[in-house]
Amino acid sequence: MRYSLSAIIRNAATGHKHWPKVWKNPEPKQSYDVIIVGGGGHGLATAYYLARNHGITNVAVLEKGYLGNGNIGRNTTIVRSNYLCSENSQFYEHSLKLWESLSADLNYNVMLSQRGALNIFHTPAQRDAAIRRGNAFSLNGIDSVLVTREEVKKLAPLVDCSPSARFPVLGGLLQPRGGSVRHDAVAWGFARAADRRGVDIIQNCEVTGFQIEKGRVRGVETSRGPISASKVGIVVAGRSTLVAQMAGLRLPIESHVLQCFVTEPVKPVLDTVVMFAAAHFSIVQSDKGGLVFNGDLDGYNSYAQRGNMPVMTGVAESAVSFMPRLSRLRLLRHWGGINDMTPDGSPFITRTPVKGLFFNGGWCYGGFKGTPASGWTFAHLIANDEPHPFASGYTLSRFETGRVINENGAGPQPGRH
Amino acid sequence: MSGQSHRLPSGGRIDRSKTVRFSFDGRSYEGHPGDTLASGLIANGVHLTGRSFKYHRPRGITTSGSEEPNALVTTGEGGRTEPNVPATMVELHDGLVARSQNRWPSLSFDLMAVNSLLKPFFPAGFYYKTFMWPRSFWYRLYEPAIRRAAGLGTIADQPDPDVYEHSYAHCDVLVVGAGPAGLMAAQAAARAGARVVLADERAVPGGHLAGEAIEVDGRDSAAWAQGICDELDGLENVQMLLRTSVFGRYDGLTFGAVERVGDHLGNDSSGDLRQRRWTIQTRQFVCATGAIERPLVFGDNDRPGIMLAGSARHYVNQYGVLPGRKVVVATNNDDSYLTARDLARAGADVTLIDSRREKDVTGHALLPGETEVRYGQCVTQTCGKLHVSSARLADISEPDHIRSELPCDLICTSGGWNPTIHLLSHCGARPKWDSAISAFAMAKVENGVHMVGGAAGTFELQKCLQEGVAAGVAAASACSRKARKPAAPKTEKLPEYRIQPLWRLPDTISKASASFVDFQNDVTIADLELADREGFGHAEHAKRYTTLGMATDQGKLSNVNAIGVLSELRGTPIAETGTTTYRPLYTPAALGTLAGQRQGAEFRATRHSAMHQWHEKNGAVFTEAGLWLRPYYYPREGEDFAAAVKREVLNARSAVGMVDVSTLGKIELKGPDSGQFLDRLYINSFSKMKTGRARYGVMLREDGMVFDDGTVTRLADDHYFITVTTANASGVMQHMEFCHQVHWPDLDVQFCSVTEVWAAMAVAGPKARDVLSRVVDGIDLSNEAFPLQSVADARIGDAFVRVLRISFSGELAYEIYTPADCGLGVWEAIMEAGAEDGISAYGTEAMTVMRTEKGHVAGPELDGRTTADDLGLGRMMSQRKDYIGRWLSQRSGLTGAGRSQLVGLKPITNSDTFRMGAHLVTEPGTIGPDVSQGHVTTSVYSPACDHFIGLALLQDGRSRTGERVYVASPLHNEQVEAEVTGPVFVDPDGERMRG
Repeated sequence: MRYSLSAIIRNAATGHKHWPKVWKNPEPKQSYDVIIVGGGGHGLATAYYLARNHGITNVAVLEKGYLGNGNIGRNTTIVRSNYLCSENSQFYEHSLKLWESLSADLNYNVMLSQRGALNIFHTPAQRDAAIRRGNAFSLNGIDSVLVTREEVKKLAPLVDCSPSARFPVLGGLLQPRGGSVRHDAVAWGFARAADRRGVDIIQNCEVTGFQIEKGRVRGVETSRGPISASKVGIVVAGRSTLVAQMAGLRLPIESHVLQCFVTEPVKPVLDTVVMFAAAHFSIVQSDKGGLVFNGDLDGYNSYAQRGNMPVMTGVAESAVSFMPRLSRLRLLRHWGGINDMTPDGSPFITRTPVKGLFFNGGWCYGGFKGTPASGWTFAHLIANDEPHPFASGYTLSRFETGRVINENGAGPQPGRH
Repeated sequence: MSGQSHRLPSGGRIDRSKTVRFSFDGRSYEGHPGDTLASGLIANGVHLTGRSFKYHRPRGITTSGSEEPNALVTTGEGGRTEPNVPATMVELHDGLVARSQNRWPSLSFDLMAVNSLLKPFFPAGFYYKTFMWPRSFWYRLYEPAIRRAAGLGTIADQPDPDVYEHSYAHCDVLVVGAGPAGLMAAQAAARAGARVVLADERAVPGGHLAGEAIEVDGRDSAAWAQGICDELDGLENVQMLLRTSVFGRYDGLTFGAVERVGDHLGNDSSGDLRQRRWTIQTRQFVCATGAIERPLVFGDNDRPGIMLAGSARHYVNQYGVLPGRKVVVATNNDDSYLTARDLARAGADVTLIDSRREKDVTGHALLPGETEVRYGQCVTQTCGKLHVSSARLADISEPDHIRSELPCDLICTSGGWNPTIHLLSHCGARPKWDSAISAFAMAKVENGVHMVGGAAGTFELQKCLQEGVAAGVAAASACSRKARKPAAPKTEKLPEYRIQPLWRLPDTISKASASFVDFQNDVTIADLELADREGFGHAEHAKRYTTLGMATDQGKLSNVNAIGVLSELRGTPIAETGTTTYRPLYTPAALGTLAGQRQGAEFRATRHSAMHQWHEKNGAVFTEAGLWLRPYYYPREGEDFAAAVKREVLNARSAVGMVDVSTLGKIELKGPDSGQFLDRLYINSFSKMKTGRARYGVMLREDGMVFDDGTVTRLADDHYFITVTTANASGVMQHMEFCHQVHWPDLDVQFCSVTEVWAAMAVAGPKARDVLSRVVDGIDLSNEAFPLQSVADARIGDAFVRVLRISFSGELAYEIYTPADCGLGVWEAIMEAGAEDGISAYGTEAMTVMRTEKGHVAGPELDGRTTADDLGLGRMMSQRKDYIGRWLSQRSGLTGAGRSQLVGLKPITNSDTFRMGAHLVTEPGTIGPDVSQGHVTTSVYSPACDHFIGLALLQDGRSRTGERVYVASPLHNEQVEAEVTGPVFVDPDGERMRG
C-alpha cells in the first residue's frame, strides 16, 4: 500500500486494521543473483538501489538478527557533506542530495531535518583550519558559511559564547544543509522500498561461511542452509573483519566502540547540530526533545556494543562546559556502536581478491550520513563490476600506493581518526 | 493537619512534630520531614500532577519510587531549574518549589489535550507515513510543529550555581539495595571483616520494608531495617551510601553511582555540594535491587488515582497518607492482598478484584472479614476526568460484558512483579523467562556476582533474608574473609506469592478506550497491534516503532507488559519474543554530576609558562596552543595587532628580541643506545653527531608522512635532549614509548618528558650576542668559539642555563634553557641586560612572521598529509639507515607527480592581501573536485618585503615558480592574483644566523 493522505484517512476511519506488513518475511530461496550480507542501513540501501537503478531484483539481504540492529540504529543521526578531501566531498555531497529526496523516493518519511551543522572553533589556528576546509567545500560546490561569534550566539544560544569560557568561541563554520535524520526510519524505509521491488529481506539468517571455488564466490553458508549466488556483497559494519575472515580476507580495519548518549526529552533548546573543535564532541536535539551527544572512541579495540565510564565523563564535561545550562539536565541512556576504523579514516567500497565478492565497510565516523550514497555506489559496483566514479578511491589497494584519503591528517593508527 | 485532607491521623514514618511548606504550581502546601513531594501532594489531596507526552492525558502519581512514569515535575528556580523530576524521589524540604510541565495554559485545563481527539490520525509511527505532501511543508510547517511539541520540561535559563564532585571507592563487596536481602548480605559480609559498600537510592533503608506493616525479628519492619543500618553505619569497614542510585555497571565490576548530597537540604547558597558521582570498584557484587511492580493494562488505565498496588500501601505505611478512601484493588497475584489489608486497616473501603479463580489464591487469609473480594473478574475500563471516579468490572471469561460499575477514588493495580535485573544485564547478559513468577529473571550470573531477594525472583521475605546472609558470606569468603554463617532473622509468615499473567483484555475492550502499556509515551495496546501488523513485532522493533520504553522511566513499568502483549499477538511463547537491551543509566543522572569538578574553567588544565606573570604585566594578548597560554603579541599604547607584530619583528630583525618557547615539548634520553634509538625515529642521523652539538630533526609516521620536527641536542655520549612541537608533545612521547616497548625493547635507552621542568626562551637579532655576553657566565659566545649548532652549560646570575645556538627566526639567535623556577629571573635578567640595545619581547605571531620569511615550516604545514619531500626536506632523508616511515614514504603515491609541494607566494599587486586557508586556483569562479590546486598554509605581512607573503602547498609547486595563480577565499568572496615563488623570502643563504 502506497502511503498517501487518502490512505491515512481511510485507515484512520477503520482503526488502522488494514496496513500491510512493511516488509515480507520470506523463506530464503536456494539461489539469488546477488546476496547482500547484512541487513543494516547500507545493506538495505544497496539492495534498494540494485533494484531501482540496475533492475536487479533477484536479491536477498541476509540479516543475522533483526533488521537494522546495527549502527543504523545506534548513531547520533547527523547528516552533512562538509568533507575536505575531494573524494570524500563528492561522495558525501551525493549522499546529502540523496537524503534530500529520500522521503519522496522511498515513499517513507525519514524526517530529514536540515537545521544546519555548525563547527565551532576557538583559536586563530583552528579558525584558519576551518577557513581552509570551508573554502574547499565552497570550491566543491558544497554550501559553507563562516560565521562570527555573534552569529554563533544566534544560531545556538545554548552555547556559552562568553570570553570567560575555558575555550572561548571565536566563530564557526556552518553547513546550512546539514542536519539530522530519524535513523531507524532509514532502515525501515529502504527495507520497505526494496521489498516492494522484489528484494527478499531475510531476518534471523546468519552467514556462517562463504562458498568459494577457484577464487570465485559461489554462495554463502547460513544458519538456515546454503544459498548460492554469483555475486555477494559484504556490508556488516562492526563485524567486517570477522565476516571477511570467513572469506579468507584480512582487512586493514580495527573495530572500536563509539558511544552515543541521550538525555531526557526537554522542550527545544538547540536547533542546529553543533560540533566543537576543542573536544571530540557533537550535539543535536532530536525531534522528540532528547539531546544526543557523541564523544571520542573508548580507547581500545572491541566488538562489544557497550561503552565505558571515562568517555561518558568526558562527554558530560564537554556538555556542561560548552553549554552550562545543561548542568541539571539528566542523561537518560548511553550505548555503544562498533566503528570499523581504517588507517586513513575513509571507507571501502571495493572489489576483493575473491571474484564476485565485494566489500563495503570501514566507515569510521561517516557511516550514517553516507548511507544512501554507499548503497548507490555499492549497487553500481556490484551490478557493473566497475567502481562508481564517486567511490572509485575507496579501494583496498590505496594503502599499497599511498594514495590514501586522509580526511583529518591523523596517522595510520585507525583509532586516531 | 490544616489542609492535609488525605493524611492519616496517626502512623507513617514521618516526623509529625515538624511542618515543612512547599509549593506546587504556585499553590502552597504543608507536609512533614520524611515526606516525598509525591506523598506531600497526596496528603493534600493533589492527584493530578502531570500530562503525558503525546496526547497530554491527565496523569497522577503512579508509583512511590524511581520508576515513576507520570508524576514528573520541574523543581527549583533560575539556575536550579530541574525538569522531569519524579515527584516520588523528591524529599520535601522547606521552600521546595515544584511545577507541572508539558501543559498549556494550565495543568487542569490543557489545550494541547486536543491531540487526544486526533488520536485516530496519530497511531504509532504515523509520522513515517505522513507529512510528505507537499514536500516543502515538511520543513516549513510539519517539522517545526513536531519540534515545538517535543520534550516535557524546560531546562534552566541560567548556569547552575551548585557544585559537583567525583569520589572513588574500592571495596571487597558492593551491595546494591538496602532492602531485607541487601541488609543481610551487607551485615554478613561486614561481620566477616570484608570492606563493604552498601548503596540504596532511597533516603531510608529497608527497601520495600520501609513501606510495609509487617514484622521482622519481632519488630516493625522499618525499625528493624533501621537497626541493621545503624549497626553497619558504626562499622569502620562499611560505607553506607543512602540516597545513592547505582546507575550503571561497566566491565570489570566497575559501577557508577550518584549520591544526592544536598538536594534534600534545600540549600540555596552558591557553591554548596549538590551531588557526588561515585566510581565504585569492587571484587564481589551483591545485586539486591528488589523488584518493580507492573500495572495491569485495561481501558483508560492511566487516570490520576490509578496507582500500583505496592505503592499504595507504601504511601499508607511509610508516609501515613491514604491515597483514596473508596478503593478498588485490581490484581492477578497475592502480593496485592497486603495492599487491600493495609488500606482497609487505614480506614478505606476496599473491594478486591482478582482475575484468578479463588482456588489459586493464597492471600485471602490476610483480609479483614468485611473486605469484598471478587474472583475471576477484572477491571475493563475506568471513568473520570481529572481523577478516576469509577471502575467497570467484568468476568474474565466475558470481558466485553460489563457486570458492574464501582464508584472509587483509587484503583490499585498489579500485574505482578519484575525482578530489577538492570545491573545484572548492563554488561551484556540476557535474562530468561521464568514462568514460576511470570517475569524475566537471570538464570545465572558471572563469577563474583551474587543476586538475592527480589532481584533474583525471590518474593518470599524469609527466603530473601536467607539468600542475603548466604550471599554476604559467600562474597566475603571469596575475598578470603572468614565468616561464620549467621542465622537469618525470623519474619511474620506471609502467604505464598502466586500469579497468573494477564497481559491484555480481548480486542473488543481495548477498542472502546485507550489501554496504555507505556504511560509517559502514550503507547497503547492498539499501537502494539499496529506495530505487529506492520511487521514490527520483535521487541526491539516494537520499541523503536512505537517509542515504548524510551521515556524517562526507560520502560520499567512497560517493557515486560509489552513483551507479554506482543507474544500473545504473535502467538509465540514469551521466551521467544525477546527483550530489549538493558542499558545504563538505571536512573537518569544530571550532566553536571557526571562531569564533576572538571567543568567550566576547570574543564581542562590551563598551562602557564614560568614567565607568564611577566607577559601579563607587559600587556600580552594570549593565544592557546596545546592547553598552554602563549603570548600572541604585546600591544603597546595605541597599537593594533598588525602594528604590534610589525614592531616586534622589526625590532628583532634590527636589534634584538626575546620570545618565550617554554611550551615546546622536551624529552631527555639516556642510555648507550640513545643515539641509535634517535636514528631510527628521525629521518636524519644523530648517533654520529658530536657531543655539544644540536641539529634540526624530522620524524615521520609509519605511513611516511611527516610527524614532527624539532631540535636534537647531544649532551654526552649517552645523553640527548630533544624538543618537539607544542601541540604534539604528548603524541611524540607516546610514539617513542610505543616504538621502544613494541618495536625495539632490546635498545638500552630510557627517556622522560621534561617539558615542565625547563623554562625556555629564544633571544634573536643582530645584538643577541652582545646582550647575552653581558649576562651569561661560563661560555665564550664568540662566533669562533660558539658557532651555529653549539651547545654549552653556563650560568646567568645564580641560575643554571643551557645555551643552544640555533635559529628559527633566521637571525643570530640563542635558545636559553633554565630550570622552570629560574625562568622568570633569567628572563628578567636578559631583559635588563638588553635594555641598552632596545630588547623587546615578541609573541608567537612575530615568530610566525619571521619563520615564514625564512620559509621554515610549522604546524599548518605539518598537517599530517605532507611528506618530508613535499616540504622541501627530502634531502634530509638518510639513505644509509632505516627509520620509521622510510619504506612507506617511497610508495608511488607519496613520491610521484601531483604531490602538493611547499612554495612561497607573493601578491602581484603589493597592496593585496590573502589569508590562511585560501585556495590556489588557476581558473577563477569555477567549481568542481579538481579546481583547488593547493592552499595557503601561512600568510603574513612581511616587514622585510613590505607586502604580504605566504607559504602554500601547491600541486607540483616546485616546478611552477614564477607562475601566476589566483588565491581565492570564496568564504570571504576574496580573490587576488599571486606569483609562485621559492619559500625563502629573507636571507636565503643564512648569513644572518651564522654571523
